[in-house]
Amino acid sequence: MSSAAGLRPASAEVVRARPSGFFKDMVSVSNRALRLLPRDLEAIIPALLVPLFFLVVTIGAIQNLADQAVSGLDYKAFQLPVAIMTAVTGMSRANSLVIDISDGYFDRLLMTPINRYALLLGLMVADFTLFMVMAVPVIALGFAIGVSFGATGVLGLLVFVLFGALWGLAYTGFPYAIALRTGNPAAVNSSFLLFFPFMFLTTAWVEREVMTDWLAAITWFNPMTYALEGMRSLFAGWRGWALGRALLAIGAVGLVAQTLAFRSLRGRVRRG
Amino acid sequence: MRISRLSLVPSSAVPTAISAQGLRRTYGDVVAVDSLDLEVVAGEIYGFLGPNGAGKSTAVRMLCTLASATAGTASVAGYDVATEGEKVRLSIGVALQDAALDGKLTGRETLTLQGRYYGLERGSIAARIEELAPLLEMDAIDRRVSTYSGGMKRRLDLAAALMHNPEVLFLDEPTTGLDPISRAVVWEQIRRLNRDLGMTIFLTTQYLEEADALTHRVGILNEGRLVAEGTPDELKRTVGSDVVVARVAGDTEVAAAAIGQVPGISHVEVYGNEVSAATGDGASAISPVAVSLAAAGVEVTDLSIHPTTLDDVFLELTGARIEVEE
Repeated sequence: MSSAAGLRPASAEVVRARPSGFFKDMVSVSNRALRLLPRDLEAIIPALLVPLFFLVVTIGAIQNLADQAVSGLDYKAFQLPVAIMTAVTGMSRANSLVIDISDGYFDRLLMTPINRYALLLGLMVADFTLFMVMAVPVIALGFAIGVSFGATGVLGLLVFVLFGALWGLAYTGFPYAIALRTGNPAAVNSSFLLFFPFMFLTTAWVEREVMTDWLAAITWFNPMTYALEGMRSLFAGWRGWALGRALLAIGAVGLVAQTLAFRSLRGRVRRG
Repeated sequence: MRISRLSLVPSSAVPTAISAQGLRRTYGDVVAVDSLDLEVVAGEIYGFLGPNGAGKSTAVRMLCTLASATAGTASVAGYDVATEGEKVRLSIGVALQDAALDGKLTGRETLTLQGRYYGLERGSIAARIEELAPLLEMDAIDRRVSTYSGGMKRRLDLAAALMHNPEVLFLDEPTTGLDPISRAVVWEQIRRLNRDLGMTIFLTTQYLEEADALTHRVGILNEGRLVAEGTPDELKRTVGSDVVVARVAGDTEVAAAAIGQVPGISHVEVYGNEVSAATGDGASAISPVAVSLAAAGVEVTDLSIHPTTLDDVFLELTGARIEVEE
């Protein structure tokens, strides 16, 4: 322990707190979250390995059938958006937020002058960065097995990654809402259950034309269908309608999920 | 239950750092804090003394804007906690009962982030970390907090609360669970902060000796209500200068009646198998107490005398002793 000298500020001017402003608050929160990401690899690596594994296995299992069923379909490219979505859906800092709540760190943040909304948006900035990074190995594997963005080039690739990250960002509202409402890690993990209807009641594995009628009908109501179709359209060229519908679908999911999340934040702040 | 308010009541000449009127907080049917009136002047060390569950932490959480009041008003550093929360938060530093730290961050990262949350510039943050070195173990500051001992965590938590030189410092049981050496360091730094910087410090504690040694004034809280307030000496004087304690094997009510007849005994309290009697002169009273107990046929297992403590005050006011929980 250091010698017990006084705690008198050495400088002539005593340091005093002052409001940082919303943007700086958000940067401070996201800085912490980003700094902690490499220290949380045990949570990130499995979430990355699962989509890589399923990408390879699904292509191996279904490609021949898909080629026979739908002529001209590049099933590897068809599956790449699914892998991105699997990687980013449900992957968020919500578990860290629950730990902050249970450890009292969230209370520490609430007792600082940080803007309340920056507490959540800062985490989402970190999530968005993580989603972009997580797309890299998935894309790399896609390239390795022969997927090409020849029709839209580098810009198409960037839009592809951006759509995946935006979907992930929109979806984060659900686990954050659960985290803030319950403060319970098990409940947050259960939010992954939402992933199944989103992912499986859609055109994730085959085109709508080869589905049974009831499943094909449901896919029309699933926003992820449109997100996937928008991303897939980038392998064929710039199709504004597909991209627009994808953005609308992602926006709709984001509106619902983020409304829940920010309402939960307000509730927790109010409850104290 | 009566509330005794003794001297050192804040005068209008000294600015008020913390004030509360009729502050109340309920959780469902449970009343955690009830009708709390407080006035803490700038530069004072004020202690909330009470057992676990008395409502100390809830009161602190309301004053720190972390919990809203069910009723009543409060202001800290001149700002209303309900309507001027951000200004209150800019003025206060808080170390809650459990050190609220992120184990994955290092000590330096914890302090740096804390500085940023309060809008400090990079240079100011580095300077403050150096200034707070007496609280920290600087050779461990770049280690992850998860590797720190409990005492190191509490001191880092305190340092984090001080990063922005708050006007008012709230410490919720700052030494609970600390080893004696760490406790002494924290006590010394609390005194220095108050003496050198004039910082107003509001602390809660369940340790009688902590309230006695550190605070200018103490508020005794029991079951959510403030039951007494004053300087430690004043509170003790309300009971008497000495306390005679008899541990008895038989009927404590008979023992209490026997002791109560002894001249010079002012109050008698029964707690478990103990009968405590307040007196102005313990040395003179102890022999007559022994004789009176013997005459009443009470079997005494232990008879002792000690100067009045805040625990005796608490017993006198509430009929219970403070059970310290680590």
